[in-house]
Amino acid sequence: MKNRSFVTIAEHSKEKILYLLKMAEEFEQRPNRKILDGKVVATLFFEPSTRTRLSFETAVNRLGGRIIGFSDASTTSSTKGETLKDTILMVSNYADLIVMRHYLEGAARYASEIAPIPIINAGDGANQHPSQTMLDLYSIYKTQGTLENLNIYMVGDLKYGRTVHSLLMAMRHFNPTFHFIAPKELKMPEEYKLYCQQNGIKFVEHEDFNEDVIAGADILYMTRVQKERFTDLMEYERVKDVYILKAEMLRKAKENMRILHPLPRVNEIAYDVDENPHAYYIQQARNGLFARQAIICDVLGITLDEIRL
Amino acid sequence: MNENKQALQVAALKDGTVIDHIPCDKLFQVVSLLGIKNMDSNVTIGFNLDSKKLGKKGIIKVADKFFSDEEISRLSIIVPNVKLNIIHDYEVVEKKEVHMPDELRGIVKCPNPKCITNNEPMSTWFHVIDKENGILKCHYCEKEQNKENIKLL
Ligand SMILES: [Zn+2]
Repeated sequence: MKNRSFVTIAEHSKEKILYLLKMAEEFEQRPNRKILDGKVVATLFFEPSTRTRLSFETAVNRLGGRIIGFSDASTTSSTKGETLKDTILMVSNYADLIVMRHYLEGAARYASEIAPIPIINAGDGANQHPSQTMLDLYSIYKTQGTLENLNIYMVGDLKYGRTVHSLLMAMRHFNPTFHFIAPKELKMPEEYKLYCQQNGIKFVEHEDFNEDVIAGADILYMTRVQKERFTDLMEYERVKDVYILKAEMLRKAKENMRILHPLPRVNEIAYDVDENPHAYYIQQARNGLFARQAIICDVLGITLDEIRL
Repeated sequence: MNENKQALQVAALKDGTVIDHIPCDKLFQVVSLLGIKNMDSNVTIGFNLDSKKLGKKGIIKVADKFFSDEEISRLSIIVPNVKLNIIHDYEVVEKKEVHMPDELRGIVKCPNPKCITNNEPMSTWFHVIDKENGILKCHYCEKEQNKENIKLL
């Protein structure tokens, strides 16, 4: 069987992305079904991430699969010096699928090359987190009814935020217009602006963040501005309150506009926004369940037709 | 022929390969990339020889050895402009240029300390995404590097 691992979103075609979204839609209508009956899924978290692990494990449980694994590498043999290869091959003896998160970049790609079973990348260091991107895409698709021709405004840490980079690359198929709103120190890196140019993606950069700047947005994608990312602490003090979204800034927002955030938030979205009809970040996390159910089924070779039965 | 004789300051070669005009600071990297240490062939290495073009140059002559295109393409990351002279019966029968390959496996080190290749007993693997500017992208961590900054394994 061809290895169907899910390591990065960038290598998937437009058709494949739309297919997975259709699958997620099916699961949203009926998240509980026994299609993983008799399957064992290993969740190997070499680096803890409670949120992502709970989401994957819920996805498996609701489909009737069984779970083995660990949530923290300090309890496993990798702290005794076992190689990743040996751990992956050992677990491959027991499971039908491995969901893995690792602090090293490229770990999931390597695992997918040596494992006889599919690998799902649940985050590899600062590199990729493709299931997060799938749930972002699904949230956009669901709230806007399409992925085509949208105005997507990304706010905050656009330099280190891997979720915004992956989303940007995945959206290349859908003719988006991006607005990048960030302090100087955390602006979108040149390589991604070059990527936009090479792929014919329109983008505008802003340093200001106010109701006029975001009035044209269909999606407002917020990210955390973290102190430790700044080399210049004066600069941090100057900008730390600039990129906070408050309810009063939504007065001019388009009616269809929705606010996304990969969560957890610190203070970049004021609590008065939670009650606002534009707020979507809590439902967004719930969409992760359906997006991950779709990814899990796809790597196991279960098709959309089969889940529609 | 005359020009060739001048270029080959060290003893002439009957059959084999001559790599001339190697910048001195790259000479030993070339030696290591070609795996000369493990060869049985008769090898002459010239260092700090006079050169009109470079001032000082290095030269490697390997008897009875003809490198494969794959072996030659490895050189592109450190000496992209060097030419290999293929010698038969004391004559240069072919000059081979070094071409940048599409990918490099197990030659270059990834500069990212958090890359899996620097933490696991495994080979590195790079895709050459821009041959003109010599930009390599790690197959695993996806970080890019310029060939000016590369470190050999
Ligand atoms: Zn790397």
